[in-house]
Amino acid sequence: MSDKMPKWADVILIPLVGLILAFLLSGLMIWASGKDPWEAMDLMITGALGSTYGWGYTLYYATNFLFTGLAVAVAFHARMFNIGGEGQAMLGGLGVALVCLMIPWPHWTVAIVFATLGAALFGAAWSAIPAYLQAKRGSHIVITTIMFNFIAAALLNYVLVGPLKPLGAMEPATGKFPEPTHLPTLHDMLTPLGIAWSKAPPANVAFVIAVAACFAVWFLIWRTRLGYEIRAYGESESAAKYAGISPTKIIMVSMIISGALAGMMAINNVMGEAERLVLNSVEGAGFIGIAVALMGRSHPAGIFVAALLFGFLFQGGAELGLWTKIPREMVTIVQALVILFTGALDNMIRYPLEKLFLSFSRKEAAA
Amino acid sequence: MTDLLALFSLPVLETTFRLGTPLLLACLAGLFSERAGIFDIGLEGKMLVAAFFSASVAYTTSSVWLGLMAGIAASLVLSLIHGLASITFRGNQLISGVALNFLASGVTVVVAQTWFSQGGRTPSLPDEARFKPISFFFVEILESIPVIGPVLASLIFGHDLLVYVAFAAVPVTWWVLFRTRFGLRLRAVGENPAAVDTAGVSVVGLRFAAVLICGVLCGIAGAYLATALQAGFVKEMTAGRGYIALAALIFAKWRPWYALGACLLFGYLQAVALRPDLLEAAFGFKVQVQLLDALPYILTVVILAGFVGKAIPPRAGGEPYVKER
Repeated sequence: MSDKMPKWADVILIPLVGLILAFLLSGLMIWASGKDPWEAMDLMITGALGSTYGWGYTLYYATNFLFTGLAVAVAFHARMFNIGGEGQAMLGGLGVALVCLMIPWPHWTVAIVFATLGAALFGAAWSAIPAYLQAKRGSHIVITTIMFNFIAAALLNYVLVGPLKPLGAMEPATGKFPEPTHLPTLHDMLTPLGIAWSKAPPANVAFVIAVAACFAVWFLIWRTRLGYEIRAYGESESAAKYAGISPTKIIMVSMIISGALAGMMAINNVMGEAERLVLNSVEGAGFIGIAVALMGRSHPAGIFVAALLFGFLFQGGAELGLWTKIPREMVTIVQALVILFTGALDNMIRYPLEKLFLSFSRKEAAA
Repeated sequence: MTDLLALFSLPVLETTFRLGTPLLLACLAGLFSERAGIFDIGLEGKMLVAAFFSASVAYTTSSVWLGLMAGIAASLVLSLIHGLASITFRGNQLISGVALNFLASGVTVVVAQTWFSQGGRTPSLPDEARFKPISFFFVEILESIPVIGPVLASLIFGHDLLVYVAFAAVPVTWWVLFRTRFGLRLRAVGENPAAVDTAGVSVVGLRFAAVLICGVLCGIAGAYLATALQAGFVKEMTAGRGYIALAALIFAKWRPWYALGACLLFGYLQAVALRPDLLEAAFGFKVQVQLLDALPYILTVVILAGFVGKAIPPRAGGEPYVKER
């Protein structure tokens, strides 16, 4: 396959064509509903990227998608499809809430270390069970992780109307986290540097951690022995086995890292934004991680770009819902089409492109 | 003791049948698809588009039949996309399913907003645009029979047409899959497509047939939700039923009669979850409704893990078929 097309076409051109198709179809849909797609696009761009306010929200959403996108990507490298990012992120939220509420932290710098650990631990625990069942009992990881999403939702529902709800409160949510655990927002971080940044949006220090996680995942997958084993297993299970790589170990480790990354999303949305645990705090970010990982070709650099794009779509979509009659669910359609074109219908774009490149190279050979 | 019996009282069982119906239709839909080797986690999305388009067409035309047709057609469109992605272009079936579920939840709300401007729902349906319980002529006579009369009248003869369609679909599915040539080939294509290909039967054709049958059944399931169980479409009204049906399919080990049992069990759990008061009276303590919500999924994981009778999926499931590898 690799000699049919140059690498850049595989990595950049195919996702780009998929993205363009997704946007075209969504634009058609807006047009068909009697609205102007250009106007909608313009509104989305100014709403999401036209001010530090918009950027603050875009980066906040992007932080969520960075974590869940990396989570899906790590599992993809071992040819595991972790569809349970949603549930793992919910559990991560529970971990963060327990850490923040149970222990009186002196300062956020200490709190965030342990909150990150708590989030990762809970997320990892939630992916470890399906991983174990896949490795030892052969239960299909996709089905078990879907089931675990629903079990997580029921569990969260239970703890939030029961044990974790403060006495007398009506809403299913935990109490507010104490003041010292509140994370600095981008406004707090950039103002001392003399950069004016809007105070309102929730983007916070977790964005920096998410970017660090990108580097960590890149290092893990391409620069360590474990990463090599994960990729080898993903390429060919039988070859990996022959090389003495234990499938059980790879399945467990890759899924645990994946779950931990998905869980870590909670330091952004639970600790950074809501500052308490509410029902449905994940808001589908676990699933968007699938689109992000597919578009980013499971590479941290690609995931970074894709997460920013989806952050833009999310914030832009919210603006659309606010100012026009186009509901924000329009973004769900774009997301669906991106998954469809860059994931499931990948070959539909790949085959004609491969033919095109083949005819080019023939011409070159003839000349 | 009487409190325990209340858990199996007539209203609860009746609700079980009603809530089990969409599960059963979707479960059998998944059965056809997966027996042919095409995983389908897009049952939820197909039901959702069917629910929306059946409700909106039934509302605008005041004809529940046209509504049903529209629901089936919408579901078939998603089936065709799934077939295109996973059969024609040999893409990842799971990713395709995920995409279609999102497509469904986005499209239904956006179109509902464009057509009706009621925040992603359809106006509620008048009676003539809904499936109503069939009035059998002998029900009145039945009801006069003591003890079993009312049971028969409400439990067996008190439903709308689609409930009977769902239950009739069980023996029909069994017959088609296990007693016809088409069924044999369909099952073979899910186990060993190369053998079917060698025999000169089209793998692509069979798989498309299975995926389309799946679409029809999901279409009926969605139409049932919006035009029979409830009077109109609301945002995300399938509420995870497609996934419960998927769970039931695994629980039933991909067999039609077991599917009936699994769907009735999961339907019963849903019915009981609606009545926490009965549960508290029966067990003497407050039973967490969340546990009942999670129970179908937990049971399925246990079954999948093979602790209680291993569930083995069709062997070629999820694998695109490539001629002459």
